[in-house]
Amino acid sequence: MATNEATSNVKRIQVRRFKPEEYPEKHYLNEEKGVWAWMTTVDHKKIGLMYLASITFFFFVAGVLAILLRTELLTPARSFMDADVYNQVFTLHGAIMIFFFLIPSVPAVLGNFILPMQLGAKDVAFPRLNLASYYIYVIGALFTLVAIFTGGVDTGWTFYTPYSATTGGNVMAMTFGVFILGFSSILTGLNFIVTIHKMRSPGITWNRLPLNLWGLYATSIIQILATPVLAITLLLLTMERLLGIGIFDPALGGDPVLYQHFFWFYSHPAVYIMIVPGFGIISEVISTFSRKVIFGYWAIALSSLAIAFIGFLVWGHHMFTAGQSSLANMVFSFLTFLVGIPTGIKIFNWLATMYRGSIDLKAPMLYALVFLFLFTIGGFTGIMLGALSVDIHLHDTYYVVAHFHYVMMGGMVMAFFAGLHYWWPKMFGKMYSEFWARIACAILFVGFNMTFLPQFVMGAQGMPRRYFNYIDQFQSFHVFSTIGAYVMSVAFLIMAGYLLHSLLKGKRAPSNPWGSRALEWQAASPPPLHNFHHVPVIINGPYDYHKPMSEFQLGIAASHNGHHHHGDEAVKVEKSEKEQA
Amino acid sequence: MLPPQKSTLAEQTDALFHFVNVTSIILLAGITFAIIFFAWKYRRRSENDVTPVITHNNKLEITWSVIPLILVMIVFGWGLNGYMNLTTPPADAYEIRVVGKSWLWEFHYETGHVSVNELHVPVNRPVKLIMSSDDVLHSFYIPDFRVKMDVLPNRYTSLWFEATEIGESVVFCTEYCGTAHSNMLATAYVHSSEDFITWLETAGSADDDLPPAELGEQLVVRNACNTCHSSDGARLVGPTFQGLWMAEREMQDGEVITADENYLRESILEPNAKITAGYQPVMPSYAGTLNDRQIDAIIEYIKTLSN
Repeated sequence: MATNEATSNVKRIQVRRFKPEEYPEKHYLNEEKGVWAWMTTVDHKKIGLMYLASITFFFFVAGVLAILLRTELLTPARSFMDADVYNQVFTLHGAIMIFFFLIPSVPAVLGNFILPMQLGAKDVAFPRLNLASYYIYVIGALFTLVAIFTGGVDTGWTFYTPYSATTGGNVMAMTFGVFILGFSSILTGLNFIVTIHKMRSPGITWNRLPLNLWGLYATSIIQILATPVLAITLLLLTMERLLGIGIFDPALGGDPVLYQHFFWFYSHPAVYIMIVPGFGIISEVISTFSRKVIFGYWAIALSSLAIAFIGFLVWGHHMFTAGQSSLANMVFSFLTFLVGIPTGIKIFNWLATMYRGSIDLKAPMLYALVFLFLFTIGGFTGIMLGALSVDIHLHDTYYVVAHFHYVMMGGMVMAFFAGLHYWWPKMFGKMYSEFWARIACAILFVGFNMTFLPQFVMGAQGMPRRYFNYIDQFQSFHVFSTIGAYVMSVAFLIMAGYLLHSLLKGKRAPSNPWGSRALEWQAASPPPLHNFHHVPVIINGPYDYHKPMSEFQLGIAASHNGHHHHGDEAVKVEKSEKEQA
Repeated sequence: MLPPQKSTLAEQTDALFHFVNVTSIILLAGITFAIIFFAWKYRRRSENDVTPVITHNNKLEITWSVIPLILVMIVFGWGLNGYMNLTTPPADAYEIRVVGKSWLWEFHYETGHVSVNELHVPVNRPVKLIMSSDDVLHSFYIPDFRVKMDVLPNRYTSLWFEATEIGESVVFCTEYCGTAHSNMLATAYVHSSEDFITWLETAGSADDDLPPAELGEQLVVRNACNTCHSSDGARLVGPTFQGLWMAEREMQDGEVITADENYLRESILEPNAKITAGYQPVMPSYAGTLNDRQIDAIIEYIKTLSN
């Protein structure tokens, strides 16, 4: 009976092969022209590029702030800025990097661009909402700029009470900016979930969903569930500051530890908002450049969901010394170790994918391998910090600073660069200089380790974080770390150079320069406004490198363009006679 | 990589630190070797390379889930055990009250003596610190003892240690608390038990024979006044002492006052009653920390700095 029912659900589709157009004259970048067309576009690709421009700007700003911080720290006392300025600079560096760069980087830039294409869809499910998300992001950013130029913020990116309730400066504009920004994040997450559920091309069943989309799917769930808590927290903070209602400030009868619970209930999952989509990119890149079927598809897909789920239950590990009960510390420490397991599973599966592959060390793969190394260090030092007795010693020292830079920059930013270099030819239809890309990657790797490895050592020796002055014994570490930061900035300058050159004078990219089997590479480079002129039909997994390329270029033979078929339905493919010949 | 072990509990924390470190380095070396080896051994030789179809292997998945699980559970148990020791002071621990203020540490002893930014403890005897804050969050951290605990304004927190060596150790504030956060340092002085008793008995009266202005100069340093108030005209968090005596100063509300004895006394005991224009109301009160004689001495010292 069951088999009968199953077969009765099968739909027959006539398909034929659609080879992607090479070097198209008309594509999404030139089909509509003018500033107004860009500002009002509902095209997911253009919105992705607008996000790219925005986060590049913020990455630059926060990067310059980082260089200022490192330069100030060359000497144990004042070098060139005052303590109050220093406190504002480190606050802005953290807040801008996290809220305006890291959180939107992969989902809003690469996710927006790639997600509908990997589904064979024309756009996300709610294109206008997508544009609205972008403008909400911009408004949030404007509030932050207002905060910076009207008194500044010196609370640290964590806005801990009661300090944030009492300090001068324009804390309100800053928290309001972050509050608004949260809605952008929520709406993007919502859009992605609906799109993945409803807009899959025929044949994209859940076990043929690219791992990049599993990553974005898990991320979207966290965005929707966790971000509202941040909004509530910031709203309560605002009520306290403006109306004097005692929630977190003990002077008004509130509890500062409550604030920390609220804040980390969002901000720990937010760490996974930042890193999980990076996992998706790494899966795509490693499989493509090993030209081999991904090892442990379900292990990688489900571990993303497991991380998203367990990630909600570990926020207390930021508060081992904050005054919460020993029992709470024990439970949070235990759960923290559990979240390490699915992370380890991913690393081993990626390694196994490389085993007996055909590995091409192009720039995206180089970044992916750099990611593997640095993120592994970030993971191991996370285990160190999860251990209760050791964390008592290391909490709020440079060890923590180094740890999260290894995870966020060594992990997330490297994954972002892997994805950016991987999809760059698709996004702009131009190739970049492979030589300079590799040079920049190598310099970045060296500079990164020079900057942050010494911070593990001085942290273990007791150097507290957020220190303007420090005791003399730490100076050599700080100097070394600062030189590393300068080395990194050289790498970024080189990167900016060859990417700009690619945009202006780059060689035109073929539709599929890496020989990938993934669906986005079966569209032209750059893609037409609606991605595909046909409805793609998928009969293989996205990593089936043992199947011929022609099997990945199928589409519905009939000329209609409606989405009558849905991914959940089984597809029985009949190739047209012309195709079979 | 770690600071010297100067408390009874440092060793167990360090042992776990080294265990995690060494295990991680071994595993990282393995992973790095695999990355480099695979990248070289399986490098692309031609565009027509055919790769094997290896989709998954459940035995492997279980292996690399269970072995790390066992390892992290060892780390969890070890860390928890150490933590329970760190948070369970012996019943006979010697108690000292600690008050964190922006930006100084006050230590109150059983004799009623208060020391600022100097923690005096006996060696080889458990000491329990009962801590609270007068304003924002602070965190009390002695790297040499491997102890740290946040200091909160609305409740008491505590930590304990047993120092094993006579000497000095640095105390940091590790919870960001504003402008002079990184200057909120103290020194822990570990004495032999006899020396500690002697110190405790004489600490309150040690300066009896000093002339007031000299005593004031010492008190300004000892009570961390100089964290925020310079004696040489430099602008720090608060106004400088130089030229302050009998100067006409405009307050935030526009009132102009003369910095006489009563103004200086009020500013020490109720610092936020009058705020000089251009400065923030961030100074903690010294009521209960300084007695009348000490306040007189500080005023005498400020007088010597008049122009």
